[in-house]
Amino acid sequence: MFIRLFIRPLFVAGLLLPLLAFAETHEFKLDNGMRIIVQEDHRSPVVVSQVWYRAGSIDEVNGKTGVAHVLEHMMFKGTKTVPPGQFSRIIAAAGGRENAFTGADYTAYYQQLEKSKLPLSIRLEADRMANLQLTKDEFTKEINVVMEERRWRTEDNPQAVVNEQFQSLTYMAHPYARPIVGWMNDLQNMTVEDAREWYKTWYVPNNATLVVVGDVEAQEVLKLAKKYFGPLKSRALPPRKPQIEPEQKGPRRAIVKAKAELPYLMIGYHVPVLENVDSDWEPYALEILAGVLDGNASARLNQNLVRNQKIAINVGAGYDLIQRGKVALFEIDGSPSEGRTAVELEDAILQEIEAIKEKGVTEDELKRVKAQVIAGDVYQRDSMFYQAMQIGRLETSGYSWRFLDKYPDKLAAVTTEQVQQVARKYLNRDNMTTAILDPQPLEPGEKPKQPQGELQHAH
Amino acid sequence: MSRMYRIVFAAASLLLALQAHAKVDIQHWQTSAGTDVYFVENHDLPIIDISTNFAAGSARDTKPKAGLAALTRHVMTLGAAGMTDEEISKRLADVGAILGGEFDADRAGFNLRTLSSAQERDQALDIYTKIMHQPDFPAPILDREKARVIASLKEAMTRPAAIASKAFMTNLYGNHPYALEESSEPQTVTSIQREDLQQFYSSAYGAKNAIIAMIGDMSRAQAEQIAERIASGLPQTGAVSPLPEVQNLQQPQLVRIPHPATQSHILLGYPGVSRGDPDYFPLYVGNYILGGGGFVSRLTEEVRENRGLAYSVYSYFMPMAQRGPFQLGLQTKREQTDEALKVVNETLDKFVREGVTTEELKAAKQNIVGGFPLRIDSNAKILDYLAVIGFYKLPLDYLDNFTKKVESVTAAQIKDAFTRRLKTDQMLTVIVGGESTPASAASR
Repeated sequence: MFIRLFIRPLFVAGLLLPLLAFAETHEFKLDNGMRIIVQEDHRSPVVVSQVWYRAGSIDEVNGKTGVAHVLEHMMFKGTKTVPPGQFSRIIAAAGGRENAFTGADYTAYYQQLEKSKLPLSIRLEADRMANLQLTKDEFTKEINVVMEERRWRTEDNPQAVVNEQFQSLTYMAHPYARPIVGWMNDLQNMTVEDAREWYKTWYVPNNATLVVVGDVEAQEVLKLAKKYFGPLKSRALPPRKPQIEPEQKGPRRAIVKAKAELPYLMIGYHVPVLENVDSDWEPYALEILAGVLDGNASARLNQNLVRNQKIAINVGAGYDLIQRGKVALFEIDGSPSEGRTAVELEDAILQEIEAIKEKGVTEDELKRVKAQVIAGDVYQRDSMFYQAMQIGRLETSGYSWRFLDKYPDKLAAVTTEQVQQVARKYLNRDNMTTAILDPQPLEPGEKPKQPQGELQHAH
Repeated sequence: MSRMYRIVFAAASLLLALQAHAKVDIQHWQTSAGTDVYFVENHDLPIIDISTNFAAGSARDTKPKAGLAALTRHVMTLGAAGMTDEEISKRLADVGAILGGEFDADRAGFNLRTLSSAQERDQALDIYTKIMHQPDFPAPILDREKARVIASLKEAMTRPAAIASKAFMTNLYGNHPYALEESSEPQTVTSIQREDLQQFYSSAYGAKNAIIAMIGDMSRAQAEQIAERIASGLPQTGAVSPLPEVQNLQQPQLVRIPHPATQSHILLGYPGVSRGDPDYFPLYVGNYILGGGGFVSRLTEEVRENRGLAYSVYSYFMPMAQRGPFQLGLQTKREQTDEALKVVNETLDKFVREGVTTEELKAAKQNIVGGFPLRIDSNAKILDYLAVIGFYKLPLDYLDNFTKKVESVTAAQIKDAFTRRLKTDQMLTVIVGGESTPASAASR
């Protein structure tokens, strides 16, 4: 029941990290089209099981934003044989932990269990894939919970409000424009029928992937999947329209006034996603560029803007090359120091970008970023859950888990020239969207201390 | 990382597979400087994790300079043995090492994760030990970091969750040092000087005040060497004195703080349990049923599932060196603040008054016992346990006996423990936002 937020990208955590070669991964497909990926990991007698649906906010239509996430909540509200709330009780009694999350590209459900309890998890997931009971009564209660969630995540969180406006400004046609949690007004007017329609359309085996990582035998998992998911009927999926974003023709800018103390700034550039994992190189160069800017505490943005110039109290950069929507952003965000404005910080960030465009990056910086990739490759093996997340997200976004094996070599092949080239090609004013939080005092009568990001200060 | 390397580890991990984490084999010894070490040898992955903790948390602050303990820990990582913050960050990043750590009321600590291969490990350890042995506390860096802390404090004081948390800790703990965790103010941070950090470091970061926890790809002999190196370079000062006991609240207290947010943030609290407290297990198991067990707790059932009043509602006991807080919390649309508060109070009262049912107790034990393997399924998780066991002097067989202790809890013990330990008519209630009268009132 958690949804994705814009989180300051931590380079090591945000990177897709490759699986070690010894991790045995197996791939199957059931007759009804459901895909099964099993990665054996025998370090500990536990298992994580995730069911991923290729259905997220990207598949919603105007007026029904948030329905993917609402359905995620409703998936815990009972089937013909498992009464409302019992799903969680059964998993809890098996010693399990469970939850679900909705993103723009996917909705996923997971259980973590002692390994002998895996059949329970698979049986229950198969049951709710086909037999969910969506009642008006349960919907009416749960939609209030979702609205509380939106208040908590967005309405009362000024930076989240900025992010929401940023997304809808930088995308005009593409569905990434819309908040995953949905607009409040759409939630207020949502009906159980909307949830039913969503469930009927997308919750079919041919739109789902089961990912299992843990102390299991792949053939045993396949047997279980055949037994429980096998009998479920596939249905034709509606065609998915490309919804290509038209090219941006000049800088875009938003100012958000909200009750807060610190200004906050988001900058984004439209950049390519990874489409052909073998022949593309720009996405890998953009990943390295993000690492050079924000891969560690001595990376350019933190070292120059927070530590040396002291113009920011924090600043970060991020890029994710895996997107089902075939569009991506290179994002930078941060807060200026006391007495400095968001526009001053914006200028300083743009100077850092210009420096890379003019002078490029050093071999040392490149080596440092790559060293972190190699180490991260090993570290992520300590978490089964994380490994399952990687596989599920790739598969659901239209890539293969096999990409994880190629990924480190692809990054290692990036040159300093390529990093400079992508910076020159994409990090340009005409391709840039800026959103600024202009803090307003909590007390109604008080005046704001310093106007932020008004247009006369802009370039 | 070469292919060969990976294959060697594959073989090793298959052999170790079944017994790997079935039981956690903790080795314990003391360095020559008197630092306790807790170590688990595990060669499944070519990783080393080290955690060094000191009794140097915010409870060691003083009110006029609240924030000193946190700042000391932080600035230690930003200049040591003549290295600048940039050099420290670069040299760690060059070998892919990750420096992290803990900071709370009891503990301040540094965690290191590094590859176990000699070159990476040695460079990472060199930085890690210098940070703890020879912090420089450069004055310009201190000034910069003070400004960042102050900006964050000001920002936090516009956010309802942070306002509620501050009101909660300061009212629950009054003059007890645990209130200092939430007592930093722009002026207390402004007043902190370089000499304060140096003094705090010398008194609180001594070898006898430290606990070292380690897990991963090293032999006992290597672990001993590393621990010896960490401990021997620390100030050879004595251990700090124990913290005073926490006093119970004597009367109910309601703190209402107006805020324009769309949701009210509500916190209820009372002094809870200490580490090693004899009531810990009945309270822990009981709280799972009350508000700790995620989607299956009574609070979630009453507040969220039955009434749709909140997205998140929870309760927990935070065991600390002295009695940490019992906290019950939720956020709800401001117009329904009173309704939600009534539901949680009734749920809590009934729970303490009537205790738990046999079915609830059975389900709680099934989850906690059945889920035990999930608590120790990674090096990172085991490291956390080692650090806690060491810091709070829990028995070495704590993890081995954990499920037994949970199994032995009875419904009568839960009721008895909650009745004695939670005075529901003397609780602290904090409400930020809501339809409120502006001033604090003293009754519930």
